[in-house]
Amino acid sequence: MTRDFDLLIIGAGPAGMAAALAAAPSGARIAIIDDNPAPGGQIWRDGVQAQLPAAAQRYRAALAAASNVQLFAATRVVAIAGPQQLLLEDDNSAWNVRYSTLILCTGARELLLPFPGWTLPGVTGAGGLQALVKGGVPLTGERLVIAGSGPLLLASAASARKAGAQIQRIAEQASLAALSAFTLQLARWPGKLLQATQLLDSHYRSDSFVVAALGSEKLEAVRLSQSGKIIEIPCERLACGFGLIANTQLGQALGCRVADQAIAVDDWQACSRTDHYAAGECTGFGGSELALVEGAIAGHAAVGEQHQARALWPQRARWQAFARQLNRRFALNPQLKQLAEADTLVCRCEDVPYSALAERSSWVDAKLHSRCGMGPCQGRICGAACEYLFDWQTPTPRVPLTPTRIDSLLQLAEAQVHG
Amino acid sequence: MNADVIVIGAGIVGSACAKTLAQRGMNVLVLDSQRGGATAAGMGHLVAMDDNPAELALSRYSIELWQQWAPQLAADCAYRNCGTLWLAANQEELQAAEHKGETLRAQGVTCQLLDAEGLRQTEPMLRRDLSGALKVNGDSIVYAPNAACWMLTQGGTRIRQRCEQVSAVEGNRVRLADGSWLQAKLVIMANGIHASELCPELPIRPKKGHILITDRYPGRIQHQLVELGYAASAHVTSGTTVAFNAQPRPTGQILLGSSRQFDSLSPEVEGAVLARMLQRALDYLPELGQLNAIRSWTGFRAATPDGLPLIGAHPQQPGLWLAVGHEGLGVTTAPGTAQLLAEQLLGEPSAIDPAPYRPERFLHTHELKEQHR
Repeated sequence: MTRDFDLLIIGAGPAGMAAALAAAPSGARIAIIDDNPAPGGQIWRDGVQAQLPAAAQRYRAALAAASNVQLFAATRVVAIAGPQQLLLEDDNSAWNVRYSTLILCTGARELLLPFPGWTLPGVTGAGGLQALVKGGVPLTGERLVIAGSGPLLLASAASARKAGAQIQRIAEQASLAALSAFTLQLARWPGKLLQATQLLDSHYRSDSFVVAALGSEKLEAVRLSQSGKIIEIPCERLACGFGLIANTQLGQALGCRVADQAIAVDDWQACSRTDHYAAGECTGFGGSELALVEGAIAGHAAVGEQHQARALWPQRARWQAFARQLNRRFALNPQLKQLAEADTLVCRCEDVPYSALAERSSWVDAKLHSRCGMGPCQGRICGAACEYLFDWQTPTPRVPLTPTRIDSLLQLAEAQVHG
Repeated sequence: MNADVIVIGAGIVGSACAKTLAQRGMNVLVLDSQRGGATAAGMGHLVAMDDNPAELALSRYSIELWQQWAPQLAADCAYRNCGTLWLAANQEELQAAEHKGETLRAQGVTCQLLDAEGLRQTEPMLRRDLSGALKVNGDSIVYAPNAACWMLTQGGTRIRQRCEQVSAVEGNRVRLADGSWLQAKLVIMANGIHASELCPELPIRPKKGHILITDRYPGRIQHQLVELGYAASAHVTSGTTVAFNAQPRPTGQILLGSSRQFDSLSPEVEGAVLARMLQRALDYLPELGQLNAIRSWTGFRAATPDGLPLIGAHPQQPGLWLAVGHEGLGVTTAPGTAQLLAEQLLGEPSAIDPAPYRPERFLHTHELKEQHR
């Protein structure tokens, strides 16, 4: 089966929803697809314990009301099936979609860095912990340490506390000087200043990073370096947030240029490939406010409304400035590249330790000889870690872009060589 | 002199040559451009192929050598003696299987015929109406990239490796990308599909193949499963063909092939070819449809007009020796190739007749003289 749309949007997070709503009044036939069961992306992820902010509810309601926008939830892009055609898969079927214009709003994923003990049960990403909380996992009485960098640590702490966790420590790797500089700048974005004040926590420490997760069968304690001193804190959970990495794979596979680990876009949010746009975290980390305005610009530009798109440029500039502050002040300490020990697993799918990678010359070399990145996550986790640890470039992804039923791939029988 | 022998290419064939010569006391310098070739892309199926007597002689002999090496192979070479089942879809194919069995047994290859019921019991995931199969016990699988690395470690200090792209070959010397020259008593070209860049006179054409691997589903199949029509597909000389070929990986994953294409030089995975190949696989393993595929990739086989490799002295370039053109059998026949080459270099008697693989069958000595006049 093949469906046709004027505008196809990949990803229903803030950027994708804003893009669809900006483009909808044009009357274009619009499809928005997302691999989650409900729209909202990571930040507005729905779940039994999720309390969606007012903005999220407003966007969802508007999306549901737009009669020319069709949402396909729990649907994944698995292959490029032709010049402007993708193969999609959901839990029951696979189908082709043809488009005139595409907007990539594929978001970002957490950077998970290997350190001794990071694979112990009880250790998750900071965003992963938030997803667990929204999904209804109770944390009542559990002692929690949060470590990493950036405002996500505070946000994770706040939602974990609501779910009953006892926060033991929030370890921010950035220096006190960087944090002070960031805080001084915050007055330029009053909403963010307010948010920061609300999230302030007495367990917060700067110059602190995780050295090891301790425990035999599951997490029992965390070893931290705190202002140069090694301390140990007993806990049942550790959530690490070292930052986000843009999901560029689909953009890369479509031939869109990638620069600085993000999909490259111009002022119109247009990619290097004609009729392809990108917005939100997949174009570089910036937060939901930036994603919303970028999405709206892309949506207008995609349906030829240059005037409306241009009107949003100043708003975008304001949030880009905020993103620059974040990226600058929370830049990762190079010491974090040294956390893994010889036997620390880097690739969890295939059990590949750090020592098997350190001697390799490139990602392809490492993959071929150690099986790193050959498991079902297809290197999404260890590939990003290796990019950070060894400065390796990961190659353009191939079909299947995600684990895909063989039955679904049969639909490629009519596929044309992309080109 | 930079070494006794310079080997171009650290794939399975070049590595086997380096190992065999180093173990005879030669100092070997291995140059590889790290572009990747058939060794990195193939299935690593060690299979006795009997399309013609020379193919069978070389593959049978090589499998014996693999069996001798097996106890020493490093664990990451993932050598498993799983055997091959040649599947007969109907009575006609079952007769072909019987005939194949006679041919193999005549050369000392152990094999037995399974009837329909025997096949159902051996591999219950297969379509139930197959007529039977020929089981070849000595066939095995190996993870070729690591096997090549292992071979290079077997020469001790006699094998040195450098990451270099060779830009020209003249007899016993090679020019590197930076313009400098290296020299040895002899040069062995074992760079597969890239050989014709250096020697355009070699009759080698790239034959593209697709492969796909599933997630882990341990125990679904036990043997390398190949349709009997595979040999026919493998020897077509134009267009695109597919044949069912499935391998149980030690990880529990299922590796699926195969396709053969002469008309494509792009390394891109082609959806239409992949779909055809998978449809063929589903014809034999209907339950595959619900399993998850996690990766696919392509590679190029170095195909010669008669399907046999070029092993021996380059008739027009003294000092240059060839070990190229192994098509889809390079991993299987690497040990035999290295042995044949070493025997010829050292003037030793050969374990098998080297004549069918000699480059002279395509490259005539006198033609060179004509050209140079």
